[in-house]
Amino acid sequence: MTASTLTRGRSALSRRPAREGGLTWVSGLGLGITMLWFSLLVLIPLAAVVATAAAGGWDQFWTTVTNEQTLAAIRLTLGGAVLVTMLNVVMGTAIAWVLVRDRFWGKSVLDVLIDIPFALPTVVAGLVLLSLYGAQGPLGVDVANTRAAVFLAFAFVTLPFVVRTVQPVLAELDRDVEEAAASLGASRITTFRRIILPALAPAIAAGAALSFARAVSEYGSLVLLSGNLPFQTEVTSVRILSSIENDNRAGAAAVATVLLLISLLVIIAIDLLQRRLVRRG
Amino acid sequence: MNHRLRASLAVLLAGLVVLSACGDDDDASSSESSGGEPETIHLVGFAVPEAANKAIADEWAKTDDGKDVEFVTSYGASGDQSRAVADGLEADYVHFSVASDVTRLVDEGLVAEDWDQNETNGVVSSSIVVFAVRKGNPKNIETWDDLVEPGVQIVTPNPASSGAARWNALAAYGQVIEGGGTEAEAEEYLTKFFGNVVALPGSGRDATTAFLGGTGDVLMAYENEAILAHQNGEEFDYIIPETTMLIENPGAVLEEATPKASAWLDFVLSEDGQKQFALKGFRPVIEGVEYGEVEGANDPSNPYPPVTNLLTVADDFESWDALSEKFFDEENGIVTKIIAASGKAS
Repeated sequence: MTASTLTRGRSALSRRPAREGGLTWVSGLGLGITMLWFSLLVLIPLAAVVATAAAGGWDQFWTTVTNEQTLAAIRLTLGGAVLVTMLNVVMGTAIAWVLVRDRFWGKSVLDVLIDIPFALPTVVAGLVLLSLYGAQGPLGVDVANTRAAVFLAFAFVTLPFVVRTVQPVLAELDRDVEEAAASLGASRITTFRRIILPALAPAIAAGAALSFARAVSEYGSLVLLSGNLPFQTEVTSVRILSSIENDNRAGAAAVATVLLLISLLVIIAIDLLQRRLVRRG
Repeated sequence: MNHRLRASLAVLLAGLVVLSACGDDDDASSSESSGGEPETIHLVGFAVPEAANKAIADEWAKTDDGKDVEFVTSYGASGDQSRAVADGLEADYVHFSVASDVTRLVDEGLVAEDWDQNETNGVVSSSIVVFAVRKGNPKNIETWDDLVEPGVQIVTPNPASSGAARWNALAAYGQVIEGGGTEAEAEEYLTKFFGNVVALPGSGRDATTAFLGGTGDVLMAYENEAILAHQNGEEFDYIIPETTMLIENPGAVLEEATPKASAWLDFVLSEDGQKQFALKGFRPVIEGVEYGEVEGANDPSNPYPPVTNLLTVADDFESWDALSEKFFDEENGIVTKIIAASGKAS
């Protein structure tokens, strides 16, 4: 009796928004809290950045973002972020595959260690990278003050993203479908391309977007190793810092705005690409 | 219809909850500060003199004036700290690396216009620019000319992002003028200098870390940083060039500071206060300070040998405002342009 009322009540509750396109009390509150939280943490600060950039006027905005040194820094940062994201898509998926599908000694340890780049304060990461891949590194690899150092730091801090987004999806993937494909004569490559990849694409795309965004904003882990040389290893964060040091907040915000816009475009592009992949599959 | 109303009510309600929570917070903090201890000094400073300030505070606590005074301290990069105070960080006394960080507070009306009208012109600690080299000085670097020899790798903090790093660039430029060179020759020297720079870390501390991590042959450092690093067991040598720059770190009391802050500044500038600075590697800003031996100096019994030609901002560069514009303007500063050109050339 009670159970049936409850069920009816719940189904009536869940039918209502579908019929009228409105919101229930609970989902209304949920949406309210979400929007408020999102506004306080993201929308308002972002709007403030754009407003600060605009406060300097169009001329100053243009002078700042067309400064040769700034452009070089933006090119390096975006180029590095794109490269490292592509690397992560391949390596991250491979690592997730190994962690989910293979059994080997030390697997659970590896699984835990993947998150270390998240946990380590970036300055500490920078110190570690400097002592390993600097002039006195025990490995005989010296990438200090070269572009390789920037790339290395990006790769280090963005490693976990694709792994952690792909892993749970891969674990949930039904292996029967793969076996069915194989029994119907599909090669392993076809199975991967037509069955597995479309299922993983949204997760890979999400990981790629995170990894790209993280790389674009990276500062702490690379400053010690990269040397901040203009036109060579200077990333955008350092340029922004220079503007702030010169009390040019509008300039700093201008560069940040450009970076935001480009990042937005790249993240949209990643999303579109993923949708096409899913459709094709 | 009804539901839309309910939804907007929900948003409104959530907003009110958060706003009222914020309001409560404000009330709490304001009542706390108005009823707080008057004997608390909020000290905001740049990172380097933290140990020295602490030692001075300990000495001060032994006097009648300074006993029962509590310090709330905040240390970080000089420019960041100054901007934080300008944006509302509570401060009674500030200690920065460069005068322009205090000027920023004067512009905001937080520090009196005449803050630098005392015996030391507002300076509370000082040091000089030195060359830090590898143990035993394998590249035999003694003079400014040695720095621009081909193959010498220089590490210096980035003058664009580190206000404190500007002392180094000024020293490199000024020593040419001091030696009878023209401005064009000084710029030529700076061009060669930055041509040899292999890393421009963001701050003095980062530069030291990079150098100790194996980058470069010579680090543009400050004498106090070198002495402090020695005290902490780091191994390298430092060379005092014949001509170098006097680094002057300003200290100031804020307009609305607790009265105790002025007494603190007086103590910092006293012989007892300056002695503590000297023991941590800073050159005293007043005459006649007895500090005995300074561990970590090249010669502990004579830690601060006089420099043959000492450049100062006032004598050689007019003022911080003038030199900031001339050398470090983001688009047209002499040093800004030379660093950019050095990046493109290689």
